[in-house]
Amino acid sequence: MAAADRQRPPFVAMLRDSALAAVVAALLAVPLLGVRLVDNASGLTLDRRLPLVLYAAAAVFAGRLLLSLAGRYLAPSLRGMTASLPGMPRNSLVIFGWVLVAAALLLPWMPFAERNLIDKLTLILIYVMLGWGLNIVVGLAGLLDLGYVAFYAIGAYAYALLSMHFGLSFWICLPLAGLIAAMFGIALGFPVLRLRGDYLAIVTLGFGEIIRVVLLNWQAVTNGPNGITGIERPTLFGLSFSRAADGPTFAGFFGIEYAPAQRVYFLYYLILALAMLTTLFAQRIRRLPTGRAWEALREDEIACRSLGMNPVTVKLSAFAIGASFAGLAGSFFATRQGFISPESFSFIESATILAIVVLGGMGSQIGIVLAAVLLVGLPEWFRDLAEYRMLVFGGAMVLIMLWRPQGLLSRREPTVLLDPKPASAEATVP
Amino acid sequence: MTIDIFLQQLVNGLTLGAFYGLIALGYTMVYGIIGMINFAHGDIYMIGAFVALIGFVVLSTIGVVSVPLAILIVLVMAMFFTACYGWAVERIAYRPLRGSPRLAPLISAIGMSIVLQNYVQIAQGARTKSLQPIVNGQYSIDVGNGAHVTVSLLQIIIIVLTVALMAGFTWVIRSTPLGRAQRATEQDATMAALLGVNVNRTISITFVIGASLAAVAGMMATLYYGVIDFYIGFIAGIKAFTAAVLGGIGSLPGAMLGGLAIGLIESFWPVFFDLAYRDVAVFGVLILVLIFRPTGLLGRPEIEKV
Amino acid sequence: MSEPAATLLQVDHLTMRFGGITAISDLSFAAKRGDITAIIGPNGAGKTTVFNCLTGFYQPTVGRLELTHETGKRFLLERMPDFRIARDAHVVRTFQNIRLFAGMSVLENLVVAQHIALTRASGYAVAGLLHLPVYRKAERRAVEKARYWLDRMGLTASADQPAGSLPYGSQRRLEIARAMCAGPVLLCLDEPAAGLNTRETNELSDLLRDIRREHGLSILLIEHDMALVMEISDHVVVLDHGACICHGPPAKVRADPAVISAYLGTPEDEAIALTRGRS
Ligand SMILES: Nc1ncnc2c1ncn2[C@@H]1O[C@H](COP(=O)(O)OP(=O)(O)OP(=O)(O)O)[C@@H](O)[C@H]1O
Ligand SMILES: [Mg+2]
Repeated sequence: MAAADRQRPPFVAMLRDSALAAVVAALLAVPLLGVRLVDNASGLTLDRRLPLVLYAAAAVFAGRLLLSLAGRYLAPSLRGMTASLPGMPRNSLVIFGWVLVAAALLLPWMPFAERNLIDKLTLILIYVMLGWGLNIVVGLAGLLDLGYVAFYAIGAYAYALLSMHFGLSFWICLPLAGLIAAMFGIALGFPVLRLRGDYLAIVTLGFGEIIRVVLLNWQAVTNGPNGITGIERPTLFGLSFSRAADGPTFAGFFGIEYAPAQRVYFLYYLILALAMLTTLFAQRIRRLPTGRAWEALREDEIACRSLGMNPVTVKLSAFAIGASFAGLAGSFFATRQGFISPESFSFIESATILAIVVLGGMGSQIGIVLAAVLLVGLPEWFRDLAEYRMLVFGGAMVLIMLWRPQGLLSRREPTVLLDPKPASAEATVP
Repeated sequence: MTIDIFLQQLVNGLTLGAFYGLIALGYTMVYGIIGMINFAHGDIYMIGAFVALIGFVVLSTIGVVSVPLAILIVLVMAMFFTACYGWAVERIAYRPLRGSPRLAPLISAIGMSIVLQNYVQIAQGARTKSLQPIVNGQYSIDVGNGAHVTVSLLQIIIIVLTVALMAGFTWVIRSTPLGRAQRATEQDATMAALLGVNVNRTISITFVIGASLAAVAGMMATLYYGVIDFYIGFIAGIKAFTAAVLGGIGSLPGAMLGGLAIGLIESFWPVFFDLAYRDVAVFGVLILVLIFRPTGLLGRPEIEKV
Repeated sequence: MSEPAATLLQVDHLTMRFGGITAISDLSFAAKRGDITAIIGPNGAGKTTVFNCLTGFYQPTVGRLELTHETGKRFLLERMPDFRIARDAHVVRTFQNIRLFAGMSVLENLVVAQHIALTRASGYAVAGLLHLPVYRKAERRAVEKARYWLDRMGLTASADQPAGSLPYGSQRRLEIARAMCAGPVLLCLDEPAAGLNTRETNELSDLLRDIRREHGLSILLIEHDMALVMEISDHVVVLDHGACICHGPPAKVRADPAVISAYLGTPEDEAIALTRGRS
């Protein structure tokens, strides 16, 4: 077979291969794309749209052919390009990281930074923070959590309810929400963390659904599907961002003109700070016994036990800490929107966050930023695609995974070096 | 609870269990053979339901009036097209990722699930589709004291068809060369390949079988509920996966038992408690079972060899 | 060794069944403090299973496993979960199929082994997060301890490489180093010489004798290399089909007809090596 392929000109083989793919595509398209169910007064009727089948087949033919051509003639240079990604020396990644932070800090002052852009970046940063939080659980401790969004929801509802019923301010509720989410993490984790990898996955998925169903149906507390409205907006040391408030306002205190965008900018800096807190925490704890134990547990649980580590407490700590960051992000989400409902916390959110972590390269902080921009940012900019947006989103998830199964940046740096060299010396090592 | 309610819910639960069991088989087979959660499997079931619905409409347009004949044709059609989808999904999204880090195929599968849902939504519209009941027979059985239990013809068809499929399927796995190749690949893919098993083909066939079983479930759902939309695959999928885990993932009888258990829980829950919390009960039972039997009901309790 | 040669480990009536298989039946033996006690026997005799019972990975069907520290503190190992056996009773083992943290660096493997001490020093991560001097000092000590074992094992040059990238022999040595970093009272080695060449085996034999002497350690050794066993062990326990068929000093075991016949069923050179000792 392989020998025969070699004798034939490669182009013919590609053509044949693409034709085959087109036939399969046509076969797949016939029942679902080729006819459309239409509701009529007399019941369902069919609308024939056979040209669509041909288009689909043609598109697959062309796509497949282009891919094989590209694979043949462009792959070597392309591979050279992408291979250099994980090979980037540590220093340049660190520098790149700080450049990103600086850019994020300065961005709102740029002339092109209109309110819309800042809003989108705020959204991306929420996912970056969630990704960094989930990375502690999945990337470091190796625990597959498919229900991370549950802790995000708990944080959001905790903030909304605490501020509504007890009138607590955002800054008091924020840590409380993190704590409450962590407690839920422990409560769930304690019984189930003994389970093997994929059993844990389905249990966490189930937990996510349980939380969602409870939020939907516990009318008395959560107001069911209608959600909670009028959630207290955040203040800067008591300075409100409204035009007029009971207390002092931001604009009034600094004697500047009131502008609705001020709150947008404030929220942006707030989530930036929260996200930075998450990543700095994660990077430091990775270098502590706790973090090393997480990674060791991911590598080999039996060896961990033979060295005296209690796997349950090690896993619980990862689970609880991961959950608490989701809780913090959740209360930020609540305060930003001013409105929350169970709809915002569906499985697709957990899937997105998990995809960001895996795509980022399981452990790479910068990889997660890039992945969040790709998965959350791009679809936001393509809102015009409307109903095609989620299709593109899912397709991108598949394609990127096929392109880089290891994730965008997957090199692991040791947490301790025998003889730490000065940073400059390290860069010269080939 | 009186005896008639008990029996009635038993019949309903068995029917539901048949759906979940059929879908769960697909999860458990794929998990057994390549160790991945095929997240798109629920959507394969949804596609089966759509193909079946379209099939029924096509047949009624061209004037096939015999109900058994229509069901037979639609069954074959749905199984064929859905199997193509199952095959294509594996070929496109999972095969290139064999040997990659464990989570890569999972993410790819989640992406595939999103793609399939939105593809059907775009192609067929987001609105719920409904079909006039086709199979109408009903039997009322007297259980004494003037109480009776209603069993519809459709329920009987569903249960009989499921039992027949499961029996045939068990026979295939136990006693055919295909089943042997499958079990060999499951135990050790590299060794099986060395001994001449075509691993790629075996895995493809696993997906094809899983998808056809899901298609049967999809067709039955179309007939039984009469309404479907592009989203039905998600919740049915996670419940069927729950059933597979409950029964002990990788175990075929476990998947059937798990499906049955979930079906019964779902049908008996509203008798005693609030219907809205039915899903909470399903996952709650899963968590409880796993706490006490970490490998599921029929999964072999394994001592890790150290 | 000046202290009285008290019994460190006393195994009584140990039985382990897996369903229908009886892997160990009614095994009793003792290991003295400071000794190298070897457990030998043909493949499948149940040696690794003894280790698994001792270190808590399996729950013995029947039996009593008593460990006595020098302080007189006693532990009933069959009642303790695995991680507590390592943490409190200080019984640390290596594995027949090497189990390193393959993705982590060699040095990290050795630092992780000191987890318990370091966790306390980091005030359960609080002092560590604040980067307090207490923790920094403790970490430096841990790295120094690791450096000592890297030097001993000749692994210093690859300290920052991923452990999984080391050649096989180095991985075996790293696993021993890792166990030593955990501060064992009883070190259980499961076939440490498997897959090593002659030179490496000789080095291993010197190393084991040295660390036993220098660190006041007791060793339980499973090994198929009879020359190595005969050379370094003080006491040998021979298992066959899960039962002890003979035990005593190497010279006695070597001459025992039951041992020879048990071994003649298995590769012959082993039996010959057994009767001759190291040539
Ligand atoms: N977890 C387990 N489940 C079932 N049987 C087991 C298990 N662990 C060990 N056995 C059985 O117990 C017996 C003894 O095995 P063990 O691994 O202790 O032998 P061994 O003496 O270490 O052999 P080798 O020299 O090959 O390492 C074998 O028959 C093995 O199959
Ligand atoms: Mg062994």
